Amino acid sequence: MNCWHCENPVEELFCGFCHSLQAPPSDFFAIFGIPKALGLDVNDLQARFYKLSRVLHPDHYSRKSDTERECSNQATAKLNDAWRTLRDPVARAEYVLSLEGLEVAEQKSKDVPPELLEEVFEMNMALEELRMGDASARPALVDAKKKFIGLREQIDLGLANLFTRYDLTQDRAILSEIRNTLNRRNYIRNLVQEVEKELV
Amino acid sequence: MSTFQIDFGTAEKKPRIVGIDLGTTNSLVAYMDLTTPRVIPGPDGDKLVPSIVSYTEAGEMVVGNPARKLLINSSERTVYSVKRLMGRGIEDVRDELKLFPFRVTDNSDSVIRLLLGEKTFTPPEISAYILRQLKKNAEEALGEEITQCVITVPAYFNDAQRQATKDAGRIAGLEVLRLVNEPTAASLAYGLDKRQNGVIAVYDLGGGTFDISILKLHDGIFEVLATNGDTHLGGDDIDNRLIQIALEDIQSEWGEDISTNGEAVQLLRRAVIEAKEKLSFELAVTIELTYNGKTYQREISRELFENLIRDIVDRTLGPCRSCILDAGVTVEQIDEVVMVGGSTRVPLVRQAVETLFRAKPHCELNPDEVVALGAAVQASILSGDMQDKLLLDVTPLSLGIEMMGGVVSKLIHRNSTIPASETEAFTTAVDGQRSVLIHVVQGERELAKDCRSLARFDLKDIEPMPAGMARIQVKFLIDANGILNVTARDVRTGKETSVEVKPSYGLTDDQVEAMIIESIDNAEEDFKERQLREARVEADAILAAMDKAKQSDAWKELEEQERAEIQLAMNQLILAKHHQDYVLILAMIERLNNCTMKLAENMMNSAVQGALKGTKI
Repeated sequence: MNCWHCENPVEELFCGFCHSLQAPPSDFFAIFGIPKALGLDVNDLQARFYKLSRVLHPDHYSRKSDTERECSNQATAKLNDAWRTLRDPVARAEYVLSLEGLEVAEQKSKDVPPELLEEVFEMNMALEELRMGDASARPALVDAKKKFIGLREQIDLGLANLFTRYDLTQDRAILSEIRNTLNRRNYIRNLVQEVEKELV
Repeated sequence: MSTFQIDFGTAEKKPRIVGIDLGTTNSLVAYMDLTTPRVIPGPDGDKLVPSIVSYTEAGEMVVGNPARKLLINSSERTVYSVKRLMGRGIEDVRDELKLFPFRVTDNSDSVIRLLLGEKTFTPPEISAYILRQLKKNAEEALGEEITQCVITVPAYFNDAQRQATKDAGRIAGLEVLRLVNEPTAASLAYGLDKRQNGVIAVYDLGGGTFDISILKLHDGIFEVLATNGDTHLGGDDIDNRLIQIALEDIQSEWGEDISTNGEAVQLLRRAVIEAKEKLSFELAVTIELTYNGKTYQREISRELFENLIRDIVDRTLGPCRSCILDAGVTVEQIDEVVMVGGSTRVPLVRQAVETLFRAKPHCELNPDEVVALGAAVQASILSGDMQDKLLLDVTPLSLGIEMMGGVVSKLIHRNSTIPASETEAFTTAVDGQRSVLIHVVQGERELAKDCRSLARFDLKDIEPMPAGMARIQVKFLIDANGILNVTARDVRTGKETSVEVKPSYGLTDDQVEAMIIESIDNAEEDFKERQLREARVEADAILAAMDKAKQSDAWKELEEQERAEIQLAMNQLILAKHHQDYVLILAMIERLNNCTMKLAENMMNSAVQGALKGTKI
């Protein structure tokens, strides 16, 4: 890559020769200047976010050339998108999976994870009763919600573990395991949301 | 190649950027006086310019206090609260148009057109007249031309409302460097000498809009965590409630419906607003209207008033609760609550806020001025004079595209820090398809029809290919002003694809351009006119002083040639004065000044300085 302004070769966000801001890299980790990893220190990320905001934000480019203003706009958007994605472990994992060509299923598939079959069936019955106006189904739903939230927390612990293992080994088999776990997590998240909607 | 950057620009004086609060009821302009933001008063000494524009029968545009006077006698030609119409469609405002005295033309256009006398105006054009007045006030007070500004908008303004505000700036001959959210601006004004770190809530209830924002402050960064609001809720609604009651009373007392009588309604509006304002300090007031020899009187206690408006005040609480939730904080974690907007003077409003946030709200700064002051601070940040502060704002509404079946696919979620972007790939559905239409909406609902239609983007000139083969990558970017920009790229060729924008509510670029050409000429004329007037006044003062000086002994002491030179310069100045070019007049003044140095010196020496005292010689 060459600087748009002085045409010298450039590798960083700012040209080493003329200091002009460049178009941002497309990779979320790259804009933060950190290596790609599933596990990361969110406090450190936040400190980087504020520091980079101070130098990239369009507020500091309102009197610069059109090209530099546009670079600032694009770079700050990229930084904000990256911060929003990387600070959240689930969004971060989904992002890394997409980089590796492993997309997470969008909406829940109709297939219930087998180990949840019984609980989901019972919960759906209770939901149906509540919708029909039977308030006595409420306690069962509150219980079900608690159970699923507990399950989600368990999954999150497992995920943290998988993150560490992948970062150490870079083993693609772990990535597929993470993808399956995320799909299961999404399924449970949707269940919790469904119950919450009815309990309000 | 040197690694040192030499900025040649610093030698020149940077043009000043002003901060503008374009309010529903009043508008203000402020600037940064070294480190203190100050509001610039108008020629009448009033800091608030009422957001009222009147098109007189003589074909003149009148703005502010003079227009307010015309509200009574010329109500059908006078516009107020135009902010409520910005970026809106006629269906959105049909109900409240009934309360406005001016008429709206019936057309199928995407923009509302107001009919004043024989001419029609769009809301951005009306706002542009207000902006032009503020620009003029600033230019007169600061003695320099103003071409760049920051304008504040309600945080909950959608894309169309923001675009309309930006259009108004362009029509007024102002480059809008940034649209800043009003509550965020207010926090900048408050945060100047305040705490370095903490969480604050800004409750902003103005004339026509309500915003709530929650911010995290740390070391000069003002990071908005979440925002919520209602762009159709404010003091106007309180006024309308009282007017409605009075109209009903009058109907039964006088046996007459005066609601269609513009003059009577405006008189009543004025009486009601006066009563409302007094009720902030008194426990009971009387609303009084005298019209056509008849008098209507009604006492209203504060208790009754509060019962009448309780539901309006309560409507602000839902957005507050959602905002706290979205910000991911608890009420206890909010360190301070700041009150902004004239309507926060109502005691019931303060009470409601205090109850919800369990903290006494801050009202130290004048709630009418704090937004404009914050805008001036933001202007100062943009000009590079205040590098330690930075605002990180969010988009108030989710952005999505309409999918098959009318379902919305959300691309950028609400409360995302801006600028924010998302890329989405599109393809064709039919063999040889040359264009793809994307419908972009804003809002939180699942179906496109329940969201706000923002615009239709037409991706054009796609290479003819079998269905599904084309790959167009579209980038949606919400900029720091909260306005959407869309660019498209053909993945195969890597080339930018042209995108034609059809805004659902608002002016096309061409329409704005036409309005600029129509009106900016006039504005620039105005500026030159004023410069010319001022230059002539200065020339007259100098010529008068010279006439006096020529009677003095010092004059006689000059060489013959020196006297001739001065006389020549005087004659040239007199000639220049009759031309329309102020630059020429200023040049001639300069020349006369230069050749009278010795004369002035002589006069000083002979202690007859009185004649020239106070002039520039």
